[in-house]
Amino acid sequence: MKAWVFGDNLDTDMLAPGRYMKFPIEEIAKHCLESVSPDFSKNVQKGDCVVAGRNFGCGSSREQAPEALRLLGVSALVAPSFAGLFYRNCFNLGLPAIVCPDAKRIRQGDLLEISYEGKIKNKTTGETYACEPIPDHLQTLVRDGGLLPHLEKRLKRA
Amino acid sequence: MTAQTLAQKLVAKAAGRSTVTPGEIVTCKVDLAMMHDSGGPRRVKPMLERLGAKLWDPSKVVVITDHYVPEFDEQSRKILKIARDWVKEAGVANFYDNQGICHVVLPERGHLKPGMFAIGGDSHSPTGGAFAAYMFGVGATELLGVLVTGEIWLKVPHTIAMDFSGRFAAGVCAKDVMLHLIGRFGMDGGQYQAVEYRGEAIRALPMQERMTLCNMAAELGAQTGLVASDAVTKEYLGFDVETWTGDEKANYLEEHKFKAAELAPQVAAPHSPANTRDVKAFETTEINLAYIGACTGAKLEDLRMAARVLKNRKSRVKLLVAPASLRDQQTAEKEGTLKVLMDAGAELLPNSCGACAGYGGALFGDDVVAISSTARNFKGRMGSTKAQVYLGSPYTVAASAVAGRIADPREMLA
Repeated sequence: MKAWVFGDNLDTDMLAPGRYMKFPIEEIAKHCLESVSPDFSKNVQKGDCVVAGRNFGCGSSREQAPEALRLLGVSALVAPSFAGLFYRNCFNLGLPAIVCPDAKRIRQGDLLEISYEGKIKNKTTGETYACEPIPDHLQTLVRDGGLLPHLEKRLKRA
Repeated sequence: MTAQTLAQKLVAKAAGRSTVTPGEIVTCKVDLAMMHDSGGPRRVKPMLERLGAKLWDPSKVVVITDHYVPEFDEQSRKILKIARDWVKEAGVANFYDNQGICHVVLPERGHLKPGMFAIGGDSHSPTGGAFAAYMFGVGATELLGVLVTGEIWLKVPHTIAMDFSGRFAAGVCAKDVMLHLIGRFGMDGGQYQAVEYRGEAIRALPMQERMTLCNMAAELGAQTGLVASDAVTKEYLGFDVETWTGDEKANYLEEHKFKAAELAPQVAAPHSPANTRDVKAFETTEINLAYIGACTGAKLEDLRMAARVLKNRKSRVKLLVAPASLRDQQTAEKEGTLKVLMDAGAELLPNSCGACAGYGGALFGDDVVAISSTARNFKGRMGSTKAQVYLGSPYTVAASAVAGRIADPREMLA
């Protein structure tokens, strides 16, 4: 997967700008990250990942921030740290957020291979980065495709 | 029994345990779930329908419209109609429509009390921690999870103590405290743990000032902010409450001590609340708009602060005031606070999130250089990406309006 790289404190207003929040997610996604990377939504490919600096996703509780990324086909997020609320939102949508202290070594366009057990292989540079393993209950959410399908399964079983 | 922080005690109660240890993952029973028009019914209704599920307990749900009121176009009318119809369908009696911003309306109408475990569908939900309740923000899907199950998972937080001894100087308030802490520790300084504000200077603050501290725990990157309950809590709520405090010997992740009297008014420059320095560093910055609004900056106490500066003075720039709740506005009107603001030239805006959320009306244009009592000055949040937004306390915003440039309010209070 190809990496799109951004800086520290990439906030929810950049991911889902307020003035578009009244529209459906398809419209919000068109403007995702436009203030820092105007062509991001046009050029991002299914399966790409977004790599950012510290405190990725700080700001609002608006779930449209990770939802826009998911809709655009982004398959994983990587950063040395995430804002807690955003981190929870990602997993609730089935989008893995991976804590990787070495994320700063990744460059725009690098090809990555991510294993959820705690490793990122940079196929462009040959480097391998250790990541924090995803807790079990959050791995379950990723496997089920998010909290909504997870609850659906649970309610059916009950 | 192991000594516990206030956060641990609140989480343990919700988890049905006698004690909890920071770092462990627990499931908590939720006493209250709050949502607004943007992240609430509009988002959870389709998911509830997909699941064919009902609310776990409608009496524990509170819905407050604040992001898209007053309606300004077709989309906002649609979003509000969904909220208004849904509360009826779902049997939610606790519905406050057009009464002000959720974080202010919730305690104002008596929904919070010490010892509770609550969630809100908004990032500023830690505001509730001012009442010694554990309250934090979640996104729409997680809110749905709570609405269906009445439960939520939590990694038991460590506690970071912010201890303020002595008293704050005149013209210095909770907003200055938060801008200072965010500037010093960064927007992730809270590490998604609990931040507890304590010490003599905190005890001396009225409830709405404590709410400002906990509200901006969000910008400090904490999961929640907390203040132990005391006589001030009880007096605000108007009923007897249990006292909730941490144990004296509890373990803290960090303990920071400050002398309250040494804190000067703080200003955060564009485009980050962490971009903070003493007001003196900005005194040559000219402004053309002053904004007093939001849950963090336009409650009754905030309006009173602005009025102390604006009494018998005129604003040299456009001065917008959006009182955080209708009830606060009515009280401000009755006691004369609102008249002081209007006489200074203020233009009154609706009791809603308004330009702070940046979702609709009253957005800032390209040429705006504003000082604002709101919580976030992210690039483009309040309108144009070219707008320059400085953050300050209601005192500092008022003083800057009078001066036409960023100004130290202490000189106007003397």
